[in-house]
Amino acid sequence: MTLLSVRDLSLAIHGMPILHDVSFDLIPGEVFGLVGESGSGKSMTSLALMQLLPPGARVAGRATMGGEDLLSLPERKMCRIRGNEIGMIFQEPMTALNPVQTIGDQVAETLVIHGAATRSEALSAARSRLDRVGLTADRFPLSRYPHELSGGQRQRVSIAMAIALRPKLLIADEPTTALDVTTQAGILDLLRGLVAEEDMALMLITHDLAVVAGVADQVAVMEAGKIVEAGPTEALFRARRHDYTRRLFAAAAHVPARRPQAREAPLLHVASARRDYALPRPSAFAPPGRLTAVKDVSFTLHKGESLGLVGESGCGKSTLTRAILGLDPLQGGEIRLNGAPVSPTMPRARRAGVQVVFQDPYGSFNPRQKVGRLVAEPFHLAPAPKAEQRDRVAEALSAVGLTPEAASRYIHEFSGGQRQRIAIARALIIRPELIVLDEAVSALDVRVRAQILDLLADLQGRYRLSYLFISHDLGVVRVITDRVMVMRAGEIVEEGETEAVFAAPRHSYTRELLAATPKIPAGWLDG
Amino acid sequence: MLRYLLSRLISLVLSLIVASLVIFAVLQVVPGDPASFMLGMNASPDTMAALREQLGLNGPAPLRYLHWLAGMLHGDFGLSYTYKTPVAQLIAQRAQVSLPLTIYAMALSTLIAIPAGMVAAARRGRASDLAVMGVTQLGIAVPNFWFAMLLVLIFAIRLHWVSSGGFPGWQAGIWPNLVALTLPAIALALPQASILARVMRSALIEALHQDYLRTARAKGLTQGQAIRRHAFRNALIPVLTILGLQFSFLLAGAIIIENVFYLPGLGRLIFQAITQRDLITVQSVVMLLVAAVIVVNFLTDLAYAAVDPRLRRPG
Repeated sequence: MTLLSVRDLSLAIHGMPILHDVSFDLIPGEVFGLVGESGSGKSMTSLALMQLLPPGARVAGRATMGGEDLLSLPERKMCRIRGNEIGMIFQEPMTALNPVQTIGDQVAETLVIHGAATRSEALSAARSRLDRVGLTADRFPLSRYPHELSGGQRQRVSIAMAIALRPKLLIADEPTTALDVTTQAGILDLLRGLVAEEDMALMLITHDLAVVAGVADQVAVMEAGKIVEAGPTEALFRARRHDYTRRLFAAAAHVPARRPQAREAPLLHVASARRDYALPRPSAFAPPGRLTAVKDVSFTLHKGESLGLVGESGCGKSTLTRAILGLDPLQGGEIRLNGAPVSPTMPRARRAGVQVVFQDPYGSFNPRQKVGRLVAEPFHLAPAPKAEQRDRVAEALSAVGLTPEAASRYIHEFSGGQRQRIAIARALIIRPELIVLDEAVSALDVRVRAQILDLLADLQGRYRLSYLFISHDLGVVRVITDRVMVMRAGEIVEEGETEAVFAAPRHSYTRELLAATPKIPAGWLDG
Repeated sequence: MLRYLLSRLISLVLSLIVASLVIFAVLQVVPGDPASFMLGMNASPDTMAALREQLGLNGPAPLRYLHWLAGMLHGDFGLSYTYKTPVAQLIAQRAQVSLPLTIYAMALSTLIAIPAGMVAAARRGRASDLAVMGVTQLGIAVPNFWFAMLLVLIFAIRLHWVSSGGFPGWQAGIWPNLVALTLPAIALALPQASILARVMRSALIEALHQDYLRTARAKGLTQGQAIRRHAFRNALIPVLTILGLQFSFLLAGAIIIENVFYLPGLGRLIFQAITQRDLITVQSVVMLLVAAVIVVNFLTDLAYAAVDPRLRRPG
């Protein structure tokens, strides 16, 4: 009955313990969800089963599948098991495929490498597998290259590759984390369908409790390399016996305490904004085509207000954001901040009125500068004497919950959540009126995210800030904004008070987005 | 693909035109009148004027530029002041040495460097990697003329396997020439191979860290299969860049090695032409070398497109 039985799996990398006595069972036709925060050891567990650990790893324990211990098999035998008995897909569909090989060749390779088929047979099998994952021959011939596909489509190719030989076990490591909600819903449906059809076991690794709730039969919660709680999904979600599980759930459902802000004068006014891009010329002598990324967008953001902007990738959110920050010119309409026009040529003092916090807490800092200097950077827009700058850096760092001593350290000494606090301190330092938060909490673990949301709510009250909160995550937007706008294909399709829009969406696209968002069934969390 | 090809072709032609303009303009302003150089200090103004007329040094510059350009398009590169023979003929003779030497050196360098870089990358940090890194370090550091002299000392003087220099000419048959070019080709190939091996190694190591390599391993490929089937082609792009640069460099950059081995190549031709103020030869040979660089760059661009579908079919 049991397909894979893991017992007392421990792992150390270069002597540093990563996993401690991890045990679980996988059953054919069932989905096993492994949830936990980043660094808890989820991915390492799966890589240990595949023997694809980084150099310096030492493994102990057993993982029995078909009478053999996966942890002690020699590399030669493991190569026969990988892709054949165990398929695996990863988080980043954009980089998981070889950019210089066609999708047909990449799917067929799984069969060829295991000697299961000749090249032509393998290609026809690849065709049928791609059909199965929803990439039909008319739109997705085998000769397509990865760069011609979207993220969701590439993830489907990865799945086709992983299931090409009908493995008994599929390991999916955060398969939908990088995808939009509607795309995520499609991929989760596909995975569920495959498990039922092929009587395959699926090990689903994710940080998202709601995804697990919708898909998994069994769940294990992992913290710091240990499974702290495991059991049937519904029972575990209802009981939440372990303290860590309770904290995880509380953080996921966390609503920051926001004082309602009296909405006063308009701060940011966007009127019929339009952004065009020139496309590559269709032929050398034809005029270049134009892509309108933002079409006729109008809205007003008031002082002290928190306005949400939601939409899926490619909808024009980022293009609009760049125009609001005065980084790109508009091709039509206008943007005004406190009545004065926003453009790439606006004076520095006006630029100082809007600051931004980006998604990636790792990529948005110069690693060779100390935090004090990083945080003081916006002073070039609003000069201040050195002594005052130092005081204000200390003040900003304290405001975001760090100590002033952090100024003399380097960015790599801080965790992701701390880095995002530093990014917020950098945005706060010249006391802007508006902070644009571009997916600012999307890369953070749930507990850290809850803390940052609290911090944002607190700072808004203290400094009378306005926020433009851009996110693909509807749950976050719901708890941190007063009003929300839904954007699709360059247009705002729905706008209104956040609660009203979420409770009774008017536009079909908003309804679609809400329906696709994974939710923990309401009854499971009572009590 | 057609768009890419066309844009590369347009850039090729534009580069050639700009290069010819710059070369022509520079030679207009360099000091030294070829006519007075040829006739010596005591020539009468009349003879000077006659010679200038004969050399085509009179007349407005734009006209002379167009004349030069039109001539080159017909294969007429003018008459060398010093050799009194058509420059085209000189270049053709010298290219018979330089071109085979360059190709020989490139072939050696590629054949050594690609496998060495691959082994080093696949066995990173182990003995074979350290050996490759050590040898290539030495290959870059050692001046190639010194290495060339060492080769002469061992293979020509001690072992008498080959002669220490000279070039028999192709009428003597392929084999004696190949033998004559072997030591110079090795001397030229060593530093190039060292650079190329290091580029190959680092490009491959980078490719090995890509997510798609992990995907390949998860499909059941061995480390070796993953390198050959997935990492190699992705690592080729920086290697092609270096190969293109090296070809252009070797074509004219072999002056020292040509001198060590007494080879009548393009490098020596241009060196002699400069010292003798044979400006028409300098101008034409430089133009030819620039054209070679530009054409090789064009071919490199085509090779990129062959390797990388993102250039052929932008998504």
